[in-house]
Amino acid sequence: MEQFIAVLIDGIIYSAWLFVAAIGLTLIYGVMKIVNVAHGSFYALGAYAAASITGALLAHGMPPYLSYAVLLGSALLVTVIVAPLIERGILRFMYAKDEVVILLITYALFLIFEDVIKLIWGVNPYFVAEPYGLLGSFDIGDLTYPYYNLILVGVAIVCGAGLYWMLKHTRTGKLLVAVIHDTEVSRAMGINVDRLYLITFTFGSLLAAIGGAYTAPTISVVPGLGVEVIVLSFAVVVIGGLGSLPGAALGAVIVGLVRSATVHYLPEAELFVIYLVMAMVLAFRPRGLFSIAEARKI
Amino acid sequence: MNAIKKAVAAAAVAALIPGVAAAQDAPLKIGVVSFLSGPAAGPFGVPARNAAEITFEMLNNGKVPAPYATKGFGGHKLDMNLVDESGGTTTQVTEYRNMVQRDNVDMVIGYISSGSCLGIAPVAEELKKLTVFFDCGTPRIFEERSYKYVFRTAATATMDSVGAALYVRDLRKGKIKSIAGINQNYAWGQDSWSDFEASMKQLVPGVKVATSQMPKIFAGQYNAEISTVLADKPTVVHSSLWGGDLEALILQASPRGLFRRSTVILTTGETAMYKLAGSLPDGVVIGARGPYGPYAPHNALNTWFSKVFKDRYGVPPNYAAYQMAQAILGTKAAWEKAQAANGGKRPSQDQVIAAFEHLTFKSPAGTVQMANGGGHQAITGTAYGVTKKVHGKMTVAHIKRYPAAMVNPPDGMKAKDWIANGFKK
Amino acid sequence: MKRDRTPQTLVLILAAILAVGPFAPQWTVFLLTVALAKGLVVLGLMILLRCGLVSFGQALYYCIGAYAAGMLGRLFQVSGVFTLMLAGMVAAGVAGFVFGFLLARYRSIFFGLLSLAISMILYGLLVKTEALGSSDGFNLLPSTLAGIRPADAWVRYMVLAVAAAVAFVAALLVHRYLKTPLGRLAPAIKDNEIRVEYMGASARHAIHVKYVIAAALAGLGGALAATTVGHIDPEMAYWTTSGEFIFITILAGTGNVIAPFLGALIFGIIQTVAFDISPNTWQMVLGSSLLVVILFLPNGLWSLFTRRKAS
Repeated sequence: MEQFIAVLIDGIIYSAWLFVAAIGLTLIYGVMKIVNVAHGSFYALGAYAAASITGALLAHGMPPYLSYAVLLGSALLVTVIVAPLIERGILRFMYAKDEVVILLITYALFLIFEDVIKLIWGVNPYFVAEPYGLLGSFDIGDLTYPYYNLILVGVAIVCGAGLYWMLKHTRTGKLLVAVIHDTEVSRAMGINVDRLYLITFTFGSLLAAIGGAYTAPTISVVPGLGVEVIVLSFAVVVIGGLGSLPGAALGAVIVGLVRSATVHYLPEAELFVIYLVMAMVLAFRPRGLFSIAEARKI
Repeated sequence: MNAIKKAVAAAAVAALIPGVAAAQDAPLKIGVVSFLSGPAAGPFGVPARNAAEITFEMLNNGKVPAPYATKGFGGHKLDMNLVDESGGTTTQVTEYRNMVQRDNVDMVIGYISSGSCLGIAPVAEELKKLTVFFDCGTPRIFEERSYKYVFRTAATATMDSVGAALYVRDLRKGKIKSIAGINQNYAWGQDSWSDFEASMKQLVPGVKVATSQMPKIFAGQYNAEISTVLADKPTVVHSSLWGGDLEALILQASPRGLFRRSTVILTTGETAMYKLAGSLPDGVVIGARGPYGPYAPHNALNTWFSKVFKDRYGVPPNYAAYQMAQAILGTKAAWEKAQAANGGKRPSQDQVIAAFEHLTFKSPAGTVQMANGGGHQAITGTAYGVTKKVHGKMTVAHIKRYPAAMVNPPDGMKAKDWIANGFKK
Repeated sequence: MKRDRTPQTLVLILAAILAVGPFAPQWTVFLLTVALAKGLVVLGLMILLRCGLVSFGQALYYCIGAYAAGMLGRLFQVSGVFTLMLAGMVAAGVAGFVFGFLLARYRSIFFGLLSLAISMILYGLLVKTEALGSSDGFNLLPSTLAGIRPADAWVRYMVLAVAAAVAFVAALLVHRYLKTPLGRLAPAIKDNEIRVEYMGASARHAIHVKYVIAAALAGLGGALAATTVGHIDPEMAYWTTSGEFIFITILAGTGNVIAPFLGALIFGIIQTVAFDISPNTWQMVLGSSLLVVILFLPNGLWSLFTRRKAS
């Protein structure tokens, strides 16, 4: 029984991490129909910014409890500088092109970012572990968990709920939903799609950066940080349905719980169980679990 | 980098001047391959590159203590041709061929990844170019076939696992009920764990395996693995995780009490122990893949190496740096031995190879014997210790050293067979 | 109607390679051989791209081809280049036939992602298999041709000659295929699949056939790469390998069967030059140069040749 609870808790923690990492990807795809490989780069940027800025401020005597806000602030800072640059500077000219070409552009950007990050921050690891240990731990039976993991779950819930509320109850959100369903008609109706694209790209990348920033206290931030995240985010988003917010949540929960169970009960399969789930879901629901209905042109 | 290119250009111009004397003094162009990008760059690749840079520079200026006091290799200046080890095996084989056939290097020293070593070794034989592996752990290279042109100046990963088993047995005085492992699910992690498990079964009969966790390499999130290990309450936990993964594991496991509940052995822990001193309590077993770093002996070479490295780069050298220095100095020893046997004239590659085989040489880590693999594979002793904070500074205590013969298989015997045979020759 | 000069051009290129090969420096011969191997994979991807399908997991068949060649060497001591390449092609083709039943039902991004998932499953399985060397892989036997092992100085040329011949035949056959009714169906499927069905053709059948062809070509390329490099490892099935192939496909453009090989060669040259001039930042150089090509030559490098003809 206790092992089952451990599987649940570990699964939820992992799901929360996956959700925050993947939600931006599905948002960008849903609105802009872009598969953004550079998503991993924003995750890495968020982690590096959070680790270096928070670490520097802590070393200068900032009260540790502020670090949670500084993590968010660092992610915000780095995204607000970089995302609009990319969207306005490069992507804007490419929207008319093939989906695959845009994907490749984001792939090229990802390669470039790998080395830019290395040039700015170097190859040595960055640590900002204070926020992780600050809140102490709690015990469930024999197992100890730091409270920080609950913060991660909290961030996931806030992001998800916040995004959901924004899409349903704000004007920008409703415009975004319109664009998700049909870009051409939206443009014809007078919606400023270009501005919405900018907002979406920035916001989606911000979510990735937040994921990186809040993960940073639990790891050592090293080059290559973004590579793993890309494929995992894709798996989650595809399982849930590209462009669907509840889909991403469900996908994250499924992947998180399956992985956690595999680690506890069948560790040898851990290496590819996520892709197996992805393949199986796609085999039975080709567009993912929650997919947006698309009209077929005849 | 630019200075080296200028030096190469100058040397090229000088080499055009006719005359045997000029050709005799021509600098040696050495290809150096190490990870300059990706997750292996920080813990291994860049420290090794730095070690190569500083060692080349000191050698060229004749500032290395005896027995390496001559400039360069036997008076010949050294030029470094640096290559990044990233990009996969096909890219590495391509770049190796480019180094040898396009850039005409005299020899190649490098390679951290076992995959690279396995792929490059046959190409070195095909192109007949002296190649010295300074790191890569897999014992397969000289177990699968013999080589003439390939040498490795560090012991294999078998030594780490056998040494680890010996140390925890000695530390816990043989009272070990169960063991668990958290290792990366790829060749390095799989081999490290299976060698450790097999050694433990030989040394502590009846020991049980609680769980073997094999997370994906670069996973970064180990909560589930830590939970599983904690729940099983093993006596000893073995991990060969490295770099960012190791650091993430330490950061995530420490507040959950893993280090308090079990004896944890981190076979590559040396790279993380200073940076994460805050997260490591006393009593964690730390490995440095051999007698490197804090386990290096107090000799003149070590004193010199630690000092010049720290002065230039601000941090003490870690085991990757030691291994690179060891490879360069070992090659120098072989080269100068061949030169002496050749009457002081520049030796041919075959003469260097003959001198390198079965060579015993001194490095900042102690004595290295090229005893296995037909004289091409080095064996060294190893050492393990536990963390201990002294006046707030991280140090190692309870250091135990194991001689080379105890932790390396005999020449010609496969590592797995040697362990399965109870370590008997 | 413009006269189709492709077959003649192919013959000229083959002759040039065979003639110049013995005199070219060995490292360029190696580079060219690897480019031909990758070009074969990209040729297959090009066929699929014409249907509007992008496979993010083509590395799957590349890897199957390579491991088929490797296993033949390991288990049966086979080292003849032609046999190994044939084995790779057949193994990958069969796998493509089997997976094609599932994949031919998908379109656009889902086709890509499902193929990605399958290739990553193979990667995971290979990494777990210690008998095959796990993530370190294993080496192939030295190549022979019809039982003869050429002198060391001639091995590279021999492999190049075989690669060039095979690539020539593949390119010619694909070129002819693209003119057949099934081949011509590709742009139609890309445009409007439902009308294709109304016309009485089966889009799914056509895609299945193309998928098998692409898989076979990728397996052929994988076996050739394995023979040339001499070493195989599971990284050949990783998504970054697929990414590299897709990159070359878009870089080359879909204009002609020669384009994939040209694209592969240019990519190889850019990567090698990047390694040489900036070992610390080669990824940035690679990404930037590829970005430049995409931005200024959106139809790939081949559009350079077609533009000239038009003007």
